[in-house]
Amino acid sequence: MPEPAAAVRGVGVSAGLGVGPVLLLAGAVPEPSGTERFNGDAETAVRLASEALEATAADLEARGAAAGGEAQEVLGAQALMARDPGLADAIKERAVQGATPARAVFDAFARFRKLLESAGGYLGARVADLDDIRDRTVARLLGVPVPGVPEVDHPFVLVARDLAPADTAVLDPARVLAFVTEEGGPTSHTAILARAMGVPAVVAAAGATSIPAETRVMVDGSTGEVHVDPEEGAVEAARALIAARAAAAEQASGPGRTRDGHPVALLANIGGPKDIAAALEHGAEGVGLYRTEFLFLDRAAPPSLDEQRDAYRAALDAFPGGKVVVRVLDAGADKPLAFLSATDEPNPALGVRGLRILRRHPDVLATQLAALVAAAEGTRAELQVMAPMVADAEEAAWFAATAGQAGVASAGVMVEVPIAALRARDLAGEVDFFSIGTNDLAQYAAAADRQVGSLSAHQDPWQPGLLDLVAATAEAAGAVGKPCGVCGEAAADPALACVLAGLGVTSLSMGASALPLVRVALASNTHEQCRNAAAAARAARSADQARAAARAELPGLAELGL
Amino acid sequence: MPRKGAAVVERRVKVESEVGLHARPAALFVQAASASGADVTVAKGEGDAVNAKSILSVLGLDVRHGDDVVIRVEGPDADALLDQLVGIVNAEAAGA
Repeated sequence: MPEPAAAVRGVGVSAGLGVGPVLLLAGAVPEPSGTERFNGDAETAVRLASEALEATAADLEARGAAAGGEAQEVLGAQALMARDPGLADAIKERAVQGATPARAVFDAFARFRKLLESAGGYLGARVADLDDIRDRTVARLLGVPVPGVPEVDHPFVLVARDLAPADTAVLDPARVLAFVTEEGGPTSHTAILARAMGVPAVVAAAGATSIPAETRVMVDGSTGEVHVDPEEGAVEAARALIAARAAAAEQASGPGRTRDGHPVALLANIGGPKDIAAALEHGAEGVGLYRTEFLFLDRAAPPSLDEQRDAYRAALDAFPGGKVVVRVLDAGADKPLAFLSATDEPNPALGVRGLRILRRHPDVLATQLAALVAAAEGTRAELQVMAPMVADAEEAAWFAATAGQAGVASAGVMVEVPIAALRARDLAGEVDFFSIGTNDLAQYAAAADRQVGSLSAHQDPWQPGLLDLVAATAEAAGAVGKPCGVCGEAAADPALACVLAGLGVTSLSMGASALPLVRVALASNTHEQCRNAAAAARAARSADQARAAARAELPGLAELGL
Repeated sequence: MPRKGAAVVERRVKVESEVGLHARPAALFVQAASASGADVTVAKGEGDAVNAKSILSVLGLDVRHGDDVVIRVEGPDADALLDQLVGIVNAEAAGA
């Protein structure tokens, strides 16, 4: 085995430093060969397979006993599946035909998998349980690592080829010191999750998984460097920075502002009343993006006015004196709704979505606006309502007029279509505020589908061309004295948040857990430093150069290891 | 042909458990059948009988609340075991 490199380099996607031992996430278990014949007799194959199944069952039971409660019941049921006599019969049948123990197990599971899958519903959902048992058993027989995040009782730096939502669903945030993946980009699942958790992360770090398990590494989520087995002095310096950052985040409170007091409102993105508690806990001044889709998804007809009013009212009541920006239904593309969306579009992201759908269904919009106005009655929060996917001044004017007639006091638009950003000065006269959706704006500006991971470099919010569009929008709003916020992944990046403030953005809205670090980042730099960083980033020729150029103008970040 | 000295009993019952023969009731049902020395089968309505000691086969029947099942036990203490199994499928599946 070759000596591991002293350093691995990738792209920093979640700022901060993390030091600790490597925990390797095992990759997917390979499908055992279907053509290879077992070089022993069928009896031996059956014995090996049943020993592996029994070991898997015992392991599941032991983990269940350790977890207790509902998890114990779920894992106990999985153990029962591993010991299923029907499975044993199917394995025997395949072993007699000459299959290897691993292949016999694989095929036996396939038989029951089909049975459950065809039933759908509750049983369909058990397919994942069955696959998990199969993979654990096949991994034992092939001598490869059992899939998933290994269970350890100490904090760790999680290193993987890539992370899927299923891998991270059960992660204890208190245990994860940093993420390092060989694949992925700034908008990959890992990057989004890491920023949401406030954990440093480096992606696209080639060679990361060849670092041996338990090796101590130092991860710099700002520069993208991963130091393998770092010097003790460097570790101590990093630990001091981590402690300083934690203390600063702990102490920083109150409204967002730069070091010299220039206000930049810090708001939370929420997807329903369930997210309000986290927004308050992390000191949000209000809500910058209330996604209302949750009320409409998975149902045959739109929710009633009363149901909507209660859901909106909960957010307004939570922020007396603050503002709550609600986006009206943004259906279509990746969020199709049965009762609204066209199903036969060749390219839904460029199709009838957002405001374009609402103009075809004025009754749905009217009910939502009426529910919002009813919810705002008698509350002390300032309700602002905005429309998604607005392309030009005519659409902006139509929405402002419609919302105004319904009784909405402040109507704005999302700026996420490049043509709207380029002609923001035309739109600015028609509405009360802008909110820039950087994720969709990047997708459309660079012609790179958000859902295609391999295109993630084209979705990087640091691309100078994207910063130009943000600047044009913020300048147009500023020229007529109207607010311009940013809601989207870009706002959650502490360094980029400073750049956005420097571009003239007046509020930043993000997942609540990202708020403390952004608050600290703003407070550690002056407004002039933010403006200089913005100019330096726009003068760069690539996203990476923009990052580096902006950092050079923001000395307050390095002092905090951000 | 029943084995010598072994009783064969069979009963058709309507499943009262809220979640049918899924989740917790299914696990309890299979565990009870497996713990006995008897041969136990279960069928949904007029369908084919499956081995009641196989959780995957039992789940595969997709028995819902209100369905009829036929439970057949062959072995010592068949009556007592059958009562126990019927009790499981009829339990108000609290917390299941």
